Amino acid sequence: MVGEHLLEVKNLKTTFLTEMGSVVAVDGMSLHVDYGETLGLVGESGCGKSVTAESIMRLLDERTTKYEGEILFKGQDLLSLPEKKMVDIRGNEIAMIFQDAMTSLNPVYTIGNQIVETILTHQKVSKKEAYEKAIEMLRLTGIPSPEKRILEYPHEISGGMRQRVMIAMALSCKPSLLIADEPTTALDVTIQAQILDVINELKKELNMGVIMITHDLGVVAEVCTRVAVMYLGQVIEEAPVDNIFTNSLHPYTKGLLKSIPKIEGDRNKKLYTIEGIVPSLHNIPKGCRFAPRCSFADEQCRTQSPVLKETDGGHKVRCWHYEKIGQMEEKIDVTATS
Amino acid sequence: MKAYILKRFISMIPVLLIVATIVFFLIHLIPGDPAAVILGPEATPEEVEKLREELGLNLPLYSQFFYWLIGIFQGDLGDSIYMNKPVLQAFVEHIGPTLSLALLAQAISIIIAIPIGVLAAKKQGTFVDHLFMLIAMFGMSLPSFLFGLLLMLVFGVHLQWLPAAGYQPLGAGIWEHLKYMILPAFALGMIQAAVIARMTRSSMLDILSMNYIKAAKAKGLKERVVIYKHAFRNAFIPILTILGETFGSLITGAVVTETVFNLPGIGQLVVNSIVRRDYAVIQGTILIMATTYLVLNLIIDLLYGVVDPRVRLNRK
Ligand SMILES: Nc1ncnc2c1ncn2[C@@H]1O[C@H](COP(=O)(O)OP(=O)(O)O)[C@@H](O)[C@H]1O
Ligand SMILES: [Mg+2]
Repeated sequence: MVGEHLLEVKNLKTTFLTEMGSVVAVDGMSLHVDYGETLGLVGESGCGKSVTAESIMRLLDERTTKYEGEILFKGQDLLSLPEKKMVDIRGNEIAMIFQDAMTSLNPVYTIGNQIVETILTHQKVSKKEAYEKAIEMLRLTGIPSPEKRILEYPHEISGGMRQRVMIAMALSCKPSLLIADEPTTALDVTIQAQILDVINELKKELNMGVIMITHDLGVVAEVCTRVAVMYLGQVIEEAPVDNIFTNSLHPYTKGLLKSIPKIEGDRNKKLYTIEGIVPSLHNIPKGCRFAPRCSFADEQCRTQSPVLKETDGGHKVRCWHYEKIGQMEEKIDVTATS
Repeated sequence: MKAYILKRFISMIPVLLIVATIVFFLIHLIPGDPAAVILGPEATPEEVEKLREELGLNLPLYSQFFYWLIGIFQGDLGDSIYMNKPVLQAFVEHIGPTLSLALLAQAISIIIAIPIGVLAAKKQGTFVDHLFMLIAMFGMSLPSFLFGLLLMLVFGVHLQWLPAAGYQPLGAGIWEHLKYMILPAFALGMIQAAVIARMTRSSMLDILSMNYIKAAKAKGLKERVVIYKHAFRNAFIPILTILGETFGSLITGAVVTETVFNLPGIGQLVVNSIVRRDYAVIQGTILIMATTYLVLNLIIDLLYGVVDPRVRLNRK
């Protein structure tokens, strides 16, 4: 079908029914992913990245969670699928890897058992074939002597190896969409780069779409083709990756960019941080959600919610004053350089 | 592994020594004289004194204790002065009903409690969950003898489905044996079941919130597989501990239940021996029970290794 995305989330709203009343963790979320591209989903911790991911997979406890909107995967709305059908999509068509590989593997089963189980759930192959496939996947993720590793338990291997195992498991059924929820946050820098490489390689090989969730813009620069920036359950800016770094429009995105630690330069210089704290979901600001922390906010920002507006070339922003702010900064830049 | 087991066995010796000492002196603190009990109220003081000498009861307490200990190390638990046979023989004659009662009660409690605990966790916060946990709470606060009497009254006396009390050994046929065991085993097992069900539920709830459960679901596993394969095996580790602990209360519970249902088991043997001041039997029986308890706990510990590979590694 022409114009059909691999995944298209339209106006997703995820509400938790808690004892203290209901909270809307994701509100009016729209995004899309195509085959072979990596969409970065960024934002400070608590802004709803994981909830978005788990809503797409429908992993949240449906007794206390309400989903609204549409999640079109290959044109089919996942939110209207019965759980019985959803089970065939999870791990098979859409796979997910998690932040904490340490705790994402079951401690009482061998690595082999856990990968084979996924394969046997979704494919009609013999146990022996499944084991061979599992070894093959482990090899693809760069695990040395996989035929030995497969007999080991999660506690017997390192954190980096475990994340590779998670990737091998996630990709064992050749999904068309991979959701990686902060896959490298818990790992040290060298291992981080290796894991990102593995994901990138396998993405090309399988022509998958990838949603790379992270709060690390360094990771975004390295692997993403497009970026959606989230704030308090909403996308506030979305653009091709280069635009985000050279021509970001939203004050929040600019703040995030300014707070990246630079390797070169003055190490003693205090890192920039965005003022204020993320408001609680019980107390969402009226108008623009970022207004209380924004130095450009005026009366309009505090009373009316801006919509996500397309500017040009697939660049979208949710801000009343992005044009004005852009002009003002240009002036500052000019005076600074002259 | 073998070294570990050997180490555990050796570490039992001091524990048993302490148990032996406490039991010995506690029992000898009870006023009363076995010689007088054996000879009856008609006996003259001279006759009693003569028997005391024969039985070695006139020796100082510490030398009696010493002789007893030496005997134990030689594998001799002594003789029953009242029944005139070795303690071990008396024990073997009475172990049948107790063993049967304990095993049946444990089996009943596990079969009932674990599925209920799992179901309650799965349905957390619903009516089913609240109902089961209310029943369990009630069960835990009910003394087993009261529950036993209740069962006896309803099913034994009123409905007359089963004999109210008494005993037939396994040799008389399985059904004949079970007929007498069902009510006491239920009386004892249901109380245990309450404890185990609550433990199972809370342990399952802990595990169900783990990351690897979410990851298992993300792999496309059916809820049934997530719960029984991924969650239950992990939740079973703390349940094992409870099974070990409840076995302790099972032994004391068995003594009470045997009395209520008039089963000729170890409980009855001990109670009768206390009345008769039959020191050797009381001491020997308690020592055997303590050993059994320790060995059972060792077995439970070894089972951890079977369920949890992380434990296996540490013991190498
Ligand atoms: N089950 C839940 N019940 C209530 N609130 C939740 C639940 N799960 C997440 N939240 C809230 O939703 C918000 C978004 O969380 P999350 O998506 O995990 O953030 P992050 O962007 O760091 O991944 C947080 O404020 C969190 O407290
Ligand atoms: Mg998260």
